[in-house]
Amino acid sequence: MSNGYRKTALHDACIAAGAKMAPFAGWTLPLRFGSQIAEHRAVRAAAGVFDVSHMAIFDVGGAGAPPLLRRVLAGDVARLTSEGQALYTLMLNESAGIIDDLLAYRQGDGYRLVANAANRQAVGGWLKHMAGSDATVRERDLALVALQGPQALELFEDAYGAGTDRLKPFHAMVLGDWMLARTGYTGEAGLEIMLPNADAPGLWSRLIAAGAAPAGLGARDTLRLEAGLKLHGQDMDADTTPLEAGLRWTVHWQPEERRFIGREALAKQAAEGARTQLFGLVLEGRGVLRGGQPVFSAAGEGEVTSGIFSPTLGYSIAFARLPSNAAGPAEVLIRGKQHKASLVRPPFVRGGRPAFKELK
Amino acid sequence: MSETPDDLRYASTHEWARLDDGSVVVGISDYAQDALGDVVYVELPEVGQEVQAGEEIAVVESVKAASDIYAPVGGVVEAINEALDDGPEIVNQDPYGDGWFFQIAPDDESQLEDLLNAEAYAELCAAEQD
Repeated sequence: MSNGYRKTALHDACIAAGAKMAPFAGWTLPLRFGSQIAEHRAVRAAAGVFDVSHMAIFDVGGAGAPPLLRRVLAGDVARLTSEGQALYTLMLNESAGIIDDLLAYRQGDGYRLVANAANRQAVGGWLKHMAGSDATVRERDLALVALQGPQALELFEDAYGAGTDRLKPFHAMVLGDWMLARTGYTGEAGLEIMLPNADAPGLWSRLIAAGAAPAGLGARDTLRLEAGLKLHGQDMDADTTPLEAGLRWTVHWQPEERRFIGREALAKQAAEGARTQLFGLVLEGRGVLRGGQPVFSAAGEGEVTSGIFSPTLGYSIAFARLPSNAAGPAEVLIRGKQHKASLVRPPFVRGGRPAFKELK
Repeated sequence: MSETPDDLRYASTHEWARLDDGSVVVGISDYAQDALGDVVYVELPEVGQEVQAGEEIAVVESVKAASDIYAPVGGVVEAINEALDDGPEIVNQDPYGDGWFFQIAPDDESQLEDLLNAEAYAELCAAEQD
């Protein structure tokens, strides 16, 4: 199974913990350790720990780093005014299609970017291509461990006493060779910890000994979807714009003179209106929404971009791409049968409770 | 390692079948439930429905995928496991017991002979895993 796939520094620890491994973006990664639903619930109720070392990490430095990132990212890194501050942002192409969604952290005299593993080449290649001689782009070979859940910070502090409980959301701090960031992909409080590969197994076993449940990519996907967080490659791609992906809020239009790549195309679309939009979808009755299923609304047809059975809600939810003016009831074709569904505004779950609003 | 009890017959599509007082009880194997992951929904046939061997008559939806369940023998569905409606996780917890799917009154019990024995089925699972 792992032939030809890259292994993370936690590969052996995951196998020892009973992981069922699966290939993902060229890596072999833990899909689940036992019951995926139990892992999901552990993260909503207490704390879970994920090996997400496949994520691509780039350090961008030099005098040319700010102008480079202000050009290639739709969010403005000039807004990161303090050390460790983080920004969720998008890298766009000239047509305003989303090359990737990523996190940018201010660190020292430069920035750290965390991108999707599947877009490692696209993001790294583009950064290097666009970098002037006064900017350096260095890909880092680090482990990345996400500790997520309402008890995550307390658990980490009990084990390490690093002061992360005083860290604000979307801020990171440095602890020796480690970067501890209050970010994540589950909708819960927690940390993402970037650290040398050699340190990762120790952190992993200490967090599990402290009570964090090992959790896999399966639970990560259901947690992110419940939280209303989109996945690049499914809910958005290089052919969809931030306006079509419900990510307009990430675009910084001010200052006017910042000519980020994709700005012109995006401004044109903003003036004309996007033809399609990403909606939340809630299935009425039984069945499971999954990517690719056709969706029918009074405003026209579309399709599910990613769907899951929601362990928190007990029914199926999804993102679906539909004409922008869609509203009210919809129907989804699941395995040849029409099923009723409602269009909603995500997030689906917040604080462990239903949080979506129906779009009448 | 998944379990494959010796007293059952298996289809290559991962259903098991057990002859029980003239009826054929059907479920999915331990290997299948483990490969699917948490089962979240099972769509069962109607009681009284006439089925052919190899016909798709149920669907199991897990966190991972939807899978068709085939009738291992032809006959008439005489019972379905309604407990799976509210407790689909029983399929994961007890695939060969309380997690059964449906029971068929077979047209011809000898159709069971066309299915795999435990040893042959275990070999098939091992080959799939590689």
